[in-house]
Amino acid sequence: MSSQPLPVSMPKAPRRRGRDLGARTFRERFQGLLFAAPALVVLGIFLIYPAISTIRLAFYRGFGFRYEHFLGLANLKNLLAHDPDFLDLSHFPPSGALINNLKWVVIYTALCLVLGLALAVLAIRVRYERIVKSVIFVPMAISATAVGIIWLFVYSPNANIGVVNAIAHGVDHGFHPISWVGRPDTVNYAIIFAYVWASTGFAMVVLSAALKGIPTEILEAARVDGAGEWHLFRRIMLPMLSLPISVVTVWLFINVIKVFDIIYVMTQGGPNGASRVIAYNMYVEALQNGRWGYGASIAVFMLLLMIPVMALNVRRFRSERVVT
Amino acid sequence: MAVYEAPVFAPPETLAGRIVRFLGRTPVHLGLLAIAIVWLVPTVGLALTSFRPKSDILSSGWWHVFGHLSSLTLKNYADVLHAAGMGHAFLNSVYITVPATIAPLTLGALAAYGFAWIRFPFRDTIFLGIVALMVVPIQTSLVPLLKLFRDWHLNTSFFGIWFAHTAFGLPLAIFLFRNFFITLPKDLIEAARIDGASNFAVFRRVVVPLSVPALASFGIFQFLWVWNDLLMALVLIADPSKKPMTVQITTLESAYGVEFHLLSASAFLLMIVPLIVFFSLQRYFVQGLLAGSVKS
Repeated sequence: MSSQPLPVSMPKAPRRRGRDLGARTFRERFQGLLFAAPALVVLGIFLIYPAISTIRLAFYRGFGFRYEHFLGLANLKNLLAHDPDFLDLSHFPPSGALINNLKWVVIYTALCLVLGLALAVLAIRVRYERIVKSVIFVPMAISATAVGIIWLFVYSPNANIGVVNAIAHGVDHGFHPISWVGRPDTVNYAIIFAYVWASTGFAMVVLSAALKGIPTEILEAARVDGAGEWHLFRRIMLPMLSLPISVVTVWLFINVIKVFDIIYVMTQGGPNGASRVIAYNMYVEALQNGRWGYGASIAVFMLLLMIPVMALNVRRFRSERVVT
Repeated sequence: MAVYEAPVFAPPETLAGRIVRFLGRTPVHLGLLAIAIVWLVPTVGLALTSFRPKSDILSSGWWHVFGHLSSLTLKNYADVLHAAGMGHAFLNSVYITVPATIAPLTLGALAAYGFAWIRFPFRDTIFLGIVALMVVPIQTSLVPLLKLFRDWHLNTSFFGIWFAHTAFGLPLAIFLFRNFFITLPKDLIEAARIDGASNFAVFRRVVVPLSVPALASFGIFQFLWVWNDLLMALVLIADPSKKPMTVQITTLESAYGVEFHLLSASAFLLMIVPLIVFFSLQRYFVQGLLAGSVKS
């Protein structure tokens, strides 16, 4: 679970002028590259070269990983127009991996943000803040695999194992236990909530740290002026938290586009493909069905979704360097 | 957690004031309590289930366990460690994770020193590229990596997965370390250089000792990331005897269907190392996660 490179703001690079350290001779310049070289070689062979190969492969049929049967953009076109597993607009409501992933983006991101923000704001008011935060944050440390298994138990149709069914049965004795991950109409929401459970801690910790960065004087001054707690939250805290909120949102978005492990563990995309997402389809097409070219085109689609985030990070870096 | 210190709200002074305040906040307490319960119950349920005999698990809910704690047993753990292969898989997880943590840590720190303190052509352009690489999804490289490892016979040993994790950990490592290194006092590094220290000596004797918190944060982060990874291990390790716990547990799932006693013990085994790391090194872990994300 604990997984993403964070989009972060950076400190300014020290600018060195004139006859300064480090940059004088060819040998010293060469040394800089030497320090970076091992990392760059590994990145080149095991990240950049494969990524470029994938982009190239996406234009071919690619059986057996051969660049044969050039298809141009046909893979991408099939993906978006002729693959009911990926996107099915023929009936209402539409279905498919892309639609499921869209549900993920909206529900998962919103729930994590709202819960994380609420916890950050509320926990600051109580003495056992640290305990509450630890409890919420612990799932961040464990794997999506473990999270998936934990929640398979919670959702189990066996009322001696599944807490959800046990509670529902306790409240209403006429309730028949159901398999929350075995039904097409509940499966996505069930898995999404399990993942929210795992990720809310991140939103909470980031927002809480930011909240504590708000100068006490501002809050006190507002209180002296008679502002209520709600006003304080709405007019002071929320605006001052806009940057950390955007950072958390981007992190959650990246997480949701790449979500795979928990679905593989909980449902294998089932029942009947009802819980597939983009990354899951990529795995099935490329690695189970052997349609490497088609799978590559799904990977390229994922990469395209990441490009705005990439641009955001790079722009943030550049703008701060210009300020230097 | 150690990172949360200064309370924003001053504590009330008198006992009466304290009680009034406490009652006034009852909804807050109730809300927090409810959320904390929802967050605790699933993990606690799994943990308790893993210590119950198979017959008990199926005949009564784990919430009945508190009456007869004496029925708890370690048998499930003995079963999964030996018969279900989780013991072997545990060792595989260690073999995979340790080098896949140390390699990006070392290579990343070396590269970050270059990016932070030595000028070389295209330095900032290359660094910009690395910033962009941070969000490349693993899926983008998965298929060609598999092909590459098959051709080089890296998927029958641990080398393939080591390289893959190193490559995907490096952008974040370089980024975090470089941002930390440039905040080190310039005078110190300059002084060392004037004393005739080579770049490598400056790196080893000045920069690394001063950067332990940053190195630890990334190290823990990467350790947990590799330990918890399913997808890469699933695809890039071909030899069944080399599968880590995350993969082994999914084979248990399909082979045994609803053998809850094995599944619960295996899942708890999978969680135990991250939990120990988390509770003993919480500060660094949270710092690693936060690294920069709230610095504005």
